[in-house]
Amino acid sequence: MKLNQLSVFLENRPGALSAPCRALARAGVNLLTLSIADTQQFGILRLIVRDWARAKAILEAEGCVVQVTEVLAVEVPDRPGGLADLLEVFEQAQLNLEYMYAFSVKQADRGLLVFRFADPDAAVAALRAAQVVVVNEVELLRRLDA
Amino acid sequence: MSPNPDFNGGFHPASAVDFLPPPQLRELQLTRLQFIVRRAYDRVALFRQRMDERGLTPEDVRGLEDVERLPFTTKTDLRDTYPFGLFASPLQEIVRFHASSGTTGKPIVVAYTQEDVNDWAAVMKRCFLACGLHSGDIIQNAYGYGLFTGGLGAHYGAEALGASVIPISGGNTERQIMILKDFGVTAICCTPSYFLHLIERAAEMGVDLKKLPLRAGVFGAEPWTEGMRQRIEAETNLKAYDIYGLSEIIGPGVAMECRHQAGPHLFEDMFLPEVINPETGAPVPDGVEGELVLTTLCKRAMPMIRYRTRDISALNPEPCACGRTLRRIKRIARRTDDMMIIRGVNVFPSQIEAALLAVEGTLPHYQIIVDRVKGLDELEVQVEVTSEFFSDTVGALEQLRQRLSHAIESIIGIRAQVRLVEPHTLQRSEGKAKRVLDKRKL
Repeated sequence: MKLNQLSVFLENRPGALSAPCRALARAGVNLLTLSIADTQQFGILRLIVRDWARAKAILEAEGCVVQVTEVLAVEVPDRPGGLADLLEVFEQAQLNLEYMYAFSVKQADRGLLVFRFADPDAAVAALRAAQVVVVNEVELLRRLDA
Repeated sequence: MSPNPDFNGGFHPASAVDFLPPPQLRELQLTRLQFIVRRAYDRVALFRQRMDERGLTPEDVRGLEDVERLPFTTKTDLRDTYPFGLFASPLQEIVRFHASSGTTGKPIVVAYTQEDVNDWAAVMKRCFLACGLHSGDIIQNAYGYGLFTGGLGAHYGAEALGASVIPISGGNTERQIMILKDFGVTAICCTPSYFLHLIERAAEMGVDLKKLPLRAGVFGAEPWTEGMRQRIEAETNLKAYDIYGLSEIIGPGVAMECRHQAGPHLFEDMFLPEVINPETGAPVPDGVEGELVLTTLCKRAMPMIRYRTRDISALNPEPCACGRTLRRIKRIARRTDDMMIIRGVNVFPSQIEAALLAVEGTLPHYQIIVDRVKGLDELEVQVEVTSEFFSDTVGALEQLRQRLSHAIESIIGIRAQVRLVEPHTLQRSEGKAKRVLDKRKL
């Protein structure tokens, strides 16, 4: 159910983002989705790729500090209030959400968001109970390839 | 005895020793050297042991030149005997402690008997007299009060002088400027970099320092330059005087410039100076640069015999226009070790290393960057992020940054900006990172 996301430490300076991106490009790694968290001083680049282990090795060879984090890809109804309803599920289950970002792929009337929970396993269980669709890696890749 | 031209009314008896004819000064020094060596030998185990190893006794000090046979004392000795191991007085006789940075987490502790405190005030009074201050002056003392010797050292000296002292301590620049103006302050004591900061702040506040009665600045506790003196004097009506001192010897008041501003006169009746080749330990002649070594001639609680200051200087025996027979020391701009002086505070890279190690458990690659922004020293520590300490959330990284910053501040006593940087970005030479980048133009 859980996806492995790569997080890369970046300094907040011009060009900091291009080094890891270029390294992945050279190795032919496509980014399925990404987000950047930034502060005045530093940033964190978060990536979802097909083969996280290989991408991690590539980035580390480039000298990057990389961490693997478990995240969930969750379906969200593509209508006003879709996310708000989902957040209500999180709230009722008392899930602590660290951050979120989106996939650009969309299936019919459903969008796909990436959520990082403080406790991913508790989140999986709570979302299942609430009958929210959590997309696993196999299904994710199938959709992206479609 | 020559008249003392410092004092508007003529000779001031408190400065009499400054003008002693050299033979009398040497005689006084020898008497005191014999006293202090005897005291240290009888009461300080480490010194006695080192004398015994050399087969020396206090009786071997027959002339001033015999000082060269005595063992050196180093900062390491103070650290190894922390906190009270070098005291020559029982604790009941200690009336004051001060402390300054050691090379690692523990500070260097110094102690004073009542007589030591009185001697210190007397020598600080001579400092103020040398630059033409006297009772009636209003002295704003912006050196930090506390364990640092600067604040209380200048305070007691200024009171002994009979001046009106404003014990404002460091910081709160706006209030400093308000009081300078409202109280009609005639002299200020602080670090020269802080005064430059004060000049800039005063301009921003629309206060014209040139219109104030401020006429003297007693600046020290950090290296500074002729360029800084010129800038200070161009933007105010005060004369900027260089004062030198260090906690291990007494605090401020080891040497002070007279009104001719031609290098600090060392109070040789209290502190016996030598300049040595820092590599060999051999003495060098007057005028030649080397490491300044000082012996306290009067200090009872904690006599320092041949203390290696690590400051690079030279003794200037040329007569000064003021008539003082005390030799002058060359302005100190360099040291033999890696100590930095930041906002008047002694900082060793090893202290910052100890703080980083305490937080992370292993030592990350780091670089210390010192800069002067708007006249104020800024300390930044860049730390390479490692996979052990990289966390996926911004909050956790911010916490790491704050923990590092707090650990550094709690060891060195001043705030450091910690910047997390990518691995392998800090400059390395011969496989070892260049630890300190000092961008200040000194």
